[in-house]
Amino acid sequence: MGDEAPTSIAEPEVDFVGIQHSERFQNLKKRHRSFVFPVLTLALLWYFAYVLLAGYAPDFMATPVFGAVNVGLLIGLGQVATTFIVTMVYVWYANKKLDPIAEEIRDDATKGEVR
Amino acid sequence: MDTTVGNPILNIAIFGGFVLVTLIIVFRASRNNKTAADYYAAGRSFSGPQNGTAIAGDYLSAASFLGICGAIALNGYDGFLYSIGFLVAWLVALLLVAELLRNTGRFTMADVLSFRLKQRPVRIAAATTTLVVCFFYLLAQMSGAGGLVSLLLGIPDKLGQGIVIAVVGALMIIYVLVGGMKGTTWVQIVKAFLLIVGAGVMTIWVLALNGFNLSTLLEHAVQTAGTADILAPGKKYGVSDVTRLDFLSLGLALVLGTAALPHVLMRFYTVPTAKEARRSVVWAIWLIGIFYLFTLVLGYGAAALIGPEAIAAAPGGANSAAPLLAFALGGPVLLGLISAIAFATILAVVAGLTIAAAASFAHDIYASVWKKGKAEPGSEVKVARRTVVVIGLVAIAGGILANGQNVAFLVALAFAVAAAANLPTIVYSLFWKRFNTRGALWSMYTGLVSSILLIVFSPVVSGGPTAMIPVADFDVFPLSNPGIISIPLAFLVGWIATLTQRTPEDPAKQSEMEVRSLTGIGAEGATQH
Repeated sequence: MGDEAPTSIAEPEVDFVGIQHSERFQNLKKRHRSFVFPVLTLALLWYFAYVLLAGYAPDFMATPVFGAVNVGLLIGLGQVATTFIVTMVYVWYANKKLDPIAEEIRDDATKGEVR
Repeated sequence: MDTTVGNPILNIAIFGGFVLVTLIIVFRASRNNKTAADYYAAGRSFSGPQNGTAIAGDYLSAASFLGICGAIALNGYDGFLYSIGFLVAWLVALLLVAELLRNTGRFTMADVLSFRLKQRPVRIAAATTTLVVCFFYLLAQMSGAGGLVSLLLGIPDKLGQGIVIAVVGALMIIYVLVGGMKGTTWVQIVKAFLLIVGAGVMTIWVLALNGFNLSTLLEHAVQTAGTADILAPGKKYGVSDVTRLDFLSLGLALVLGTAALPHVLMRFYTVPTAKEARRSVVWAIWLIGIFYLFTLVLGYGAAALIGPEAIAAAPGGANSAAPLLAFALGGPVLLGLISAIAFATILAVVAGLTIAAAASFAHDIYASVWKKGKAEPGSEVKVARRTVVVIGLVAIAGGILANGQNVAFLVALAFAVAAAANLPTIVYSLFWKRFNTRGALWSMYTGLVSSILLIVFSPVVSGGPTAMIPVADFDVFPLSNPGIISIPLAFLVGWIATLTQRTPEDPAKQSEMEVRSLTGIGAEGATQH
């Protein structure tokens, strides 16, 4: 326990450089980044739009929609809703588009080992 | 109004019951604590849903439960605004950090940050920021305990509160010492369950009193409060341009700090695979999101049934909103239950922080830096246990000294330091090929030092009646949260410093880290017992 680096488990049989340059891995990396970067950027922009609206346009946020419920409350609940939606979409995406490739690469890389 | 509501003996009895049950759980869980993987990472044997519940337990601290209910009851919408930041922050953890971190590290945040960089300096830096963040967070929880005591147990004097803080600290030391990560995780799961169920029951109760109509509840809150201001933003943060900017700064720190909190990151190592780490975050997001929806109802419910003025005047101030609401709804029994849950929350969160700090010291500083990775088998865990005792004593002393201080800023500071000192290096090392040791060190130390300096020169430390040192006056920085300066600065400095290092890092390590982070090759699985 307490090895210097957490690297001593899979080495040295695994050719990490080779895998990194393989088309399959590049495809996985592309799929991962092309989802998480834009989605997270949009989510954070939406959140900061909300914070700025609350700070600098309180009158707009106070506009009544029905009863005592106003625009601000609906946008706030909208933030909760979008967080749940992004979470569910990401799980679907990762299960469908990321996990199968990652599993293939992992299985091929560890084929040499008894397991 | 009396100095206390409800029945302190009943409160203590219910809390004592919780302690007894959790102690039994901790002792049962401790049977298999042999290796470092057992002690720090619970043998990586928890499932995603279990770990997600524990994460929610870690995250829904007393500050979240009592603080947000109180903030909504007193300031209306602005309190709600606060909780949204805490929730949206989880998307950063889900999309960028959780799985990749689980795949590349073993026990601590420093495992990941130092993976492809120079081990010693990067580990020292990462362990330093871990300890600082945990310390501020610990201090906030411990001193918050003192304030709660005055309300719930009817102990108004500082000596009695100090004794209770010491008891909380001693219990926490036992949990962590005996139970390790496994015991701590079970305590979190039990506590999160109680907290969410308790809040859920109160939420349904409040809604039932208002015909299950949110609009009716809001109208009642407006009636009791005597102002419609509580429905719209601006009551707290909309006072001036400075407060608006301050809220933006706080929002930035909250949304970027969560995914860099060491005690939260460490939880991702308690599951066997990256897929379970993902499930953990998904469960945590659902539980935390639903809980914040409850606090919206509870906060406005407290405003409607008790009224902001009565809450502000009660001992404990804003923090008393949820307990007072419990008393108004269900009398002394419900108050006792909710109070016990609030105590349990402090206890469990403090335990989680302590194990994260102890693991970082023993694994990163002792075993990796001091013993250069050649520590005797078992000695690392021994050091971790001793560190737990030291941290526990420091937390008790700090909690007693900080009792009665303005604690909200300590939590905000912990988030700001985490976001500025840790997040840039986490993101760069996971996603930027060229990133190097100089970039990591400069970014971490810049984030750490700039956050703390800005806080020292902010209005929370000096220059006002509510400041830590009200008599002094050196508040040259106008904002109470440093995030808006220190976080971009740490990203920028990390980028510039990286570009100025001439010697590149080991490209083979970069390949290994990238492949492992995305595929999970070589990631340590669950230990067999």
